[in-house]
Amino acid sequence: MTSVTVYGAPFSPAVSRVLACLYEKDVDFKLAPVDMAKGQHKSPDFLKLQPFGQVPAFQDELATVFESRAICKYICNKYPEKGNQNLIGGRDGGLLARTSVDQWLEAEGQSFNPPSSALVFQLAFAPMFGFKQDPAAIEQNEAKLANVLDVYDRRLGESKFLAGDDFTLADLVHLPNGHILVSKKEDLFLSRKNVGRWWEEISARPSWKKVVEMQNVPQS
Amino acid sequence: MAIKLHGQPWSNNTVRAMAVLNEKGLDYELCPVDLRSGAHKKPEFLALNPFGQIPVFQNGDGTVFESRAITRYVATRYKETGTDLLPASSATLKTWLQVEGSQFNPPMFRIIFELGIKPLIGMSTNMSVVENESDKISTVLDVYEAHLAKNKYLAGDEFTLADLNHMPEIYILSKSAKFDLINSRPHLKAWWEDISARPAWKKTAASLPF
Repeated sequence: MTSVTVYGAPFSPAVSRVLACLYEKDVDFKLAPVDMAKGQHKSPDFLKLQPFGQVPAFQDELATVFESRAICKYICNKYPEKGNQNLIGGRDGGLLARTSVDQWLEAEGQSFNPPSSALVFQLAFAPMFGFKQDPAAIEQNEAKLANVLDVYDRRLGESKFLAGDDFTLADLVHLPNGHILVSKKEDLFLSRKNVGRWWEEISARPSWKKVVEMQNVPQS
Repeated sequence: MAIKLHGQPWSNNTVRAMAVLNEKGLDYELCPVDLRSGAHKKPEFLALNPFGQIPVFQNGDGTVFESRAITRYVATRYKETGTDLLPASSATLKTWLQVEGSQFNPPMFRIIFELGIKPLIGMSTNMSVVENESDKISTVLDVYEAHLAKNKYLAGDEFTLADLNHMPEIYILSKSAKFDLINSRPHLKAWWEDISARPAWKKTAASLPF
């Protein structure tokens, strides 16, 4: 019996980000579908949960939260004792360890996410939903992402994971877009030695494998 | 070691860090980074921020890059000094901190970069970007307007980091022809008038070239 509900479908990168975090933390949840084709995400009831009309939304007995990265932080802060205890800098990591996680979370949000999301849309969702692909957008965003991954490659040559020696939220947030991009343009990640090493490790985590399994189950 | 902030006062991200330091009443040295000569791509600077971007914050304990990681670090590290910008770790506070970064900032930055920053650094404004992004941000601002109709500040009753993180971009917008985006929405307008009247913000604004 769980009080946790996640609204949205696992194929959505932002939803899958939250699911990965819930699995890492061993927190039970139920998934409530949102029928976007029927405009459910714009209904007054849903807008009360998420005023931007987007997925995911998250609800438990204490709060309603939206923005996948805020939801992940909320889960980590609410359940410090459960599952992986190192996701936001470790119990005894101190402020600098937590700041390092924050720093690389921001880098993901500001530098990795925009070009990778644009590419994910062009390479995976445009064909899925019948939109025309834009070759110029693909080229531009690939070039931007390549620059970001060059920075990551240097960082991951000095550090096992982005924020330090442990797998943290700063790595986890990359899994959804990374997964799609590696399936469509694997060279971006795998031709960079340290990024490739990092990607193999983080995508092999049991928590992420469970999310991928959910994505592969046909959703009605 | 005293606090050092590497950046430029015409950069909204640097201003975000300046704003938090002033709100906390902390002294700091602004170390200008000469972007025109490529100082930000040189090894000494890349050692501070591997992305080669400003701002970078340093104190005796460490180095932090990404303006929002800096503001969060300063608010936490110096919690007892000046205004407490993270009074309670509520879900609402976490949410609206994130909303600023993912919903508000991308279109808003593109508008103020074109209208406010490019003229200062000798580049010319692209008005079609301004119009496009103004359309996009209107839907986002409508959500803010509804939220601020029920809440005095973004996280509830008190001014927090969630409000502060918005201030550089809105300030730059206030000097442009697109300030109507805020002023046409009564609750957004009232919220901006309140937060920009804070003495610490006035101190920050007085040191900017806009």
